[in-house]
Amino acid sequence: MNLALGGEQLDKIYDTMKSSLIEIGVETAMLLDTAGNVITSVDDGSDRHDVYSLAALAAANFSAMRSMAKIAGEEEFSLLFHRGQKENIYLSAVSDDFLLFVIFNNEMPLGLLRLKVARVIGELLGVLITDSSP
Amino acid sequence: MAFINLKDKLIQAKIVYYGPGKGGKTTNLEYIYNKCREQINSKMVTIKTEGDRTLFFDFFPFDIGKIEGYDVKIQLYTVPGQVKYNSTRRLVLKGVDGIVFVADSAEERRNANILSLKNLQENLTLYKKNIFDIPLIMQYNKRDITKEGIPILDLETMEKDLNDDLKVPSFEASALKGDNVIQTLKKIISATMASLEKELK
Repeated sequence: MNLALGGEQLDKIYDTMKSSLIEIGVETAMLLDTAGNVITSVDDGSDRHDVYSLAALAAANFSAMRSMAKIAGEEEFSLLFHRGQKENIYLSAVSDDFLLFVIFNNEMPLGLLRLKVARVIGELLGVLITDSSP
Repeated sequence: MAFINLKDKLIQAKIVYYGPGKGGKTTNLEYIYNKCREQINSKMVTIKTEGDRTLFFDFFPFDIGKIEGYDVKIQLYTVPGQVKYNSTRRLVLKGVDGIVFVADSAEERRNANILSLKNLQENLTLYKKNIFDIPLIMQYNKRDITKEGIPILDLETMEKDLNDDLKVPSFEASALKGDNVIQTLKKIISATMASLEKELK
C-alpha cells in the first residue's frame, strides 16, 4: 500500500503545524509515517535539522517503544518526550500509521506544547482520515 | 509504503539491505555513501554496538533525480544481521518497498544465508507482504575472499540455495572493493520504481 497526498491536504497539514506549533515557538514540527517517510515538515526558518535522518530515527524509536509497550502489557505508549539541556523532543502518535515530531527549546512551557500538540493531532487526523488514499 | 507528495512532486521509497550477520550490508551502504556524496544531503546514521556491529540500522536518504517529473528520494536502510536482533529487524522492514539480500559467499556461511532468507520471508509475512512479489535483488558478496585462501561457495550452489524458487536478478559482488555495489543498487532502484509505477496505474 502506498500513500499519496495532494496539494490541498499537504497545505492543510502545513498550515495547521505552522499556525499551532511554529507560531508559539516550536523550532521544527514534522508529520511522518511509521515507515520513516517525511510527510510534511515546517520549521522556524532556521533550517537547522536534518529531517530525513530525524524521521528515520523517530519512526524506529517509536516502533521500538510500541514493541516494548506490548511486552510490558500495555497496548501502547502514545508519546515520547526527551528533555535536553537546551533542546527537547516530543514525539506523539497521530494514528497507527502517522507520528508527529516536534523539537522545541526550554523557553516553551511543556503544558502549552502538550495542549497544542493534542489539538494539532485532532486536526491532522481530520485531514488524513478523509483525504489519504491507499 | 512509499509516500507520494503530489504537491511538490516527490516520491520517497524505502529500500532495505537484508542478510546474515557480517555479510556486508553496512559495507554496501558505506561504499554507496562515499561514492555518491553529491546525491546525499545527510550524514549516514548508524546505530551500532560497541563491537561495531549493527544494533538497529544504518540509514541515509539518496536522491536519484527525476522519474516522470517526480523527484525520487530513496531511503536506504540496513538491518542488524545477528539472529538475536530479529525484533529490531522486523521494525526496519516496516513499509519496505524493495530489498537487496546480501548473501555471504564464505562456504561456512551457507546455512546462515539460508536461515536469513527464510527469516526475511517470515518477517515480510507479518506485514502481509510476499517475498515472491516484492522487488528483490540477490547479491553474492565477498567473492574476493577466495584470494585470501578462504573457501567460497560456487555460484551454482548459491543460486540453488537462495534463488532457485525466487529467480530474481543476482550479482556477484565485493562490497569492500565496490565490485557490483552500484550495479546492485541501480537494479533494485529500477525494480522498485517499476513496481511503484505498476501499483500507481
